[in-house]
Amino acid sequence: MEKIPQIPKEKFKLVHDENNAEQEKIGTPSLTYMQDVRRRLFQNKVAVVCLTLLSIIVLISIFAPIIAPHNPNAQNVTMSNLPPKLGNLNIPGMNGYQNMGGHMVDAYKQAGAPKGTSFILGTDYLGRDLLSRIIYGTRLSLVVAILATLVDLLIGVPYGIVSGWKGGRTDTFMQRIVEIVSSIPNLIVVILMMIILKPGLTSIVIAIAITGWVTMARLVRAQTFQLKEQEYILAARTLGEPSMKIATKHLIPNLSSTIIIQTMFTIPNAIFFEAFLSFIGIGIPAPNASLGTLLSDGQKAFRFLPYQMWAPAIILSIIMIATNLLGDGLRDAFDPQSSEH
Amino acid sequence: MTKYILKRIFYLFLTLFIIASITFFLMKLLPGTPFSNQNRMSADQLKIVKAQYGLDQSVGVQYVRYMAGLLHGNLGTSFQFNNEPVTSLIGQRLAPSMQIGAQAMILGTILGILLGAIAAIRKNTWVDTLATFISILGLSIPSFVLAVLLQFYLAYKWGIFPVALWDNFQSSILPTIALAALPLGTVARFMRTEMVDVMSSDYIELAKSKGNSNWKVVTKHALRNSLIPVVTIIGPMAVSVMTGSMVVENIFSIPGIGEQFVKSITTNDYPTIMGLTIFYSFLLIIVYLIVDILYGLIDPRIRLGNGGKE
Repeated sequence: MEKIPQIPKEKFKLVHDENNAEQEKIGTPSLTYMQDVRRRLFQNKVAVVCLTLLSIIVLISIFAPIIAPHNPNAQNVTMSNLPPKLGNLNIPGMNGYQNMGGHMVDAYKQAGAPKGTSFILGTDYLGRDLLSRIIYGTRLSLVVAILATLVDLLIGVPYGIVSGWKGGRTDTFMQRIVEIVSSIPNLIVVILMMIILKPGLTSIVIAIAITGWVTMARLVRAQTFQLKEQEYILAARTLGEPSMKIATKHLIPNLSSTIIIQTMFTIPNAIFFEAFLSFIGIGIPAPNASLGTLLSDGQKAFRFLPYQMWAPAIILSIIMIATNLLGDGLRDAFDPQSSEH
Repeated sequence: MTKYILKRIFYLFLTLFIIASITFFLMKLLPGTPFSNQNRMSADQLKIVKAQYGLDQSVGVQYVRYMAGLLHGNLGTSFQFNNEPVTSLIGQRLAPSMQIGAQAMILGTILGILLGAIAAIRKNTWVDTLATFISILGLSIPSFVLAVLLQFYLAYKWGIFPVALWDNFQSSILPTIALAALPLGTVARFMRTEMVDVMSSDYIELAKSKGNSNWKVVTKHALRNSLIPVVTIIGPMAVSVMTGSMVVENIFSIPGIGEQFVKSITTNDYPTIMGLTIFYSFLLIIVYLIVDILYGLIDPRIRLGNGGKE
């Protein structure tokens, strides 16, 4: 029998003992996909500015009854068409003076307004406070946007998933419907629906909903087709998970980036359509304020009272620009490759 | 390709048929009658008037008649505008709309291509930022907001252009600018993405390494290849220009189709609304068809014939 040489333990030495641990250590905490997305989004200055602006607008709209200085529909004919006035500060253009026949006249004194009355953005032809009307108009635009988005999510997403998941004949049939719906110009559908339904919030949302879900359904379907072939879906199927559970547990989380990005483009679209319909006179009925009707009223009187046109134009433009830019920011955050080159 | 075109044409007619049917029955569902002075008419008078417009028949007969009329290009008679046939109403108003629409598309596309190309060549400089900013403004600001602002400043305040008038070329400039903003923004943005892609491709590197001047590389190689995909967005652009023209024509008092459409809506002139709806749909579907066929011809890699399966 051979003897195993006995080597004392002290003769052994661990190579790179402490260094090894150092090297293997993960320095930064591991980020989930969503955390990564959030980090990229917040690095994008433009997106952060837009997000802040939109948050402020949303907050103001939510708390409109508290923030709005006046009732947006309260008429006071003696105070009609007053120019903007910000307290007692004497800022040109915001001091309640108005050009009348070449002279600057204190319109508030002329109207016999009690001392201390001031309308920050002035009043309209019925003496309604413009600031309050704009706040309520913005609120309405956002409500339309939220409802349109909900419809998009409730119809477009399930439709796309079912179509992509089932495939075959079901898919062909469902895609024919999508083709027909999408080849009808959505403006035409919206206008037709508005003529038939009574003008108002519900009809606008229905009209936008009828055509709005198609793009979402298409994108979701295409994405589902790709996801369907993934191993984890195969695994879930093999384990006998019901389709419903696969859809909610595996498909929707992986579709979330597509859905969120598409939603950010549905919102400005819906806001535009509401303003457009109200502008041509078949949207929100009087006396309720909408950015579209305010702009249309302002346009009629812009020669003498340009302030009535400015405020809604600026707010509408800001909302549209901010949502579009935030949409871009989100797309870059979810899919960094799209902007890397 | 022929099979694909034939299939698309079949779908075109199917879609038009569906639109026409939906429009017809929706209009029949509307409450009330188109005759505003109905209360003052005797039963006999009402009968005569209804017979004149064919409204005394059952809805089924009216539908068949309307569809048969459509095949002959007859869109019915307007209730409001001097009993004129809808087709002649459209005919009279087609020219101004086409003029500003075409001007806006051409102006927007050319400026958009230039803007996008400059942004791509001067990528990540202030020029790029400025160009991107302009295209975002064009994309985001609704055409009617822009139209109102243009009207206030350029026409009313500074008096450079007429406020609301339609006679010569000068009066078409402001509406054209208002409508061109959206195509400009869309094209510029699309062009930039495409051009940046193309500029980093191998054949551009080769062209550069052969000693071609920058200008030559851009005009001969980069610009051409970036232009192809721009064709795809012509369809959606045409839709947005048409949408915009409805309000822009109203703002500038242009006697075009869009203005007529809005007027018909506010006066409940149903035959005209129906006629214009079908006409608009027809135009848009044709534009989409042409763009798809063009695209298939230009870039054989993308034949949409396989049922839309990616």
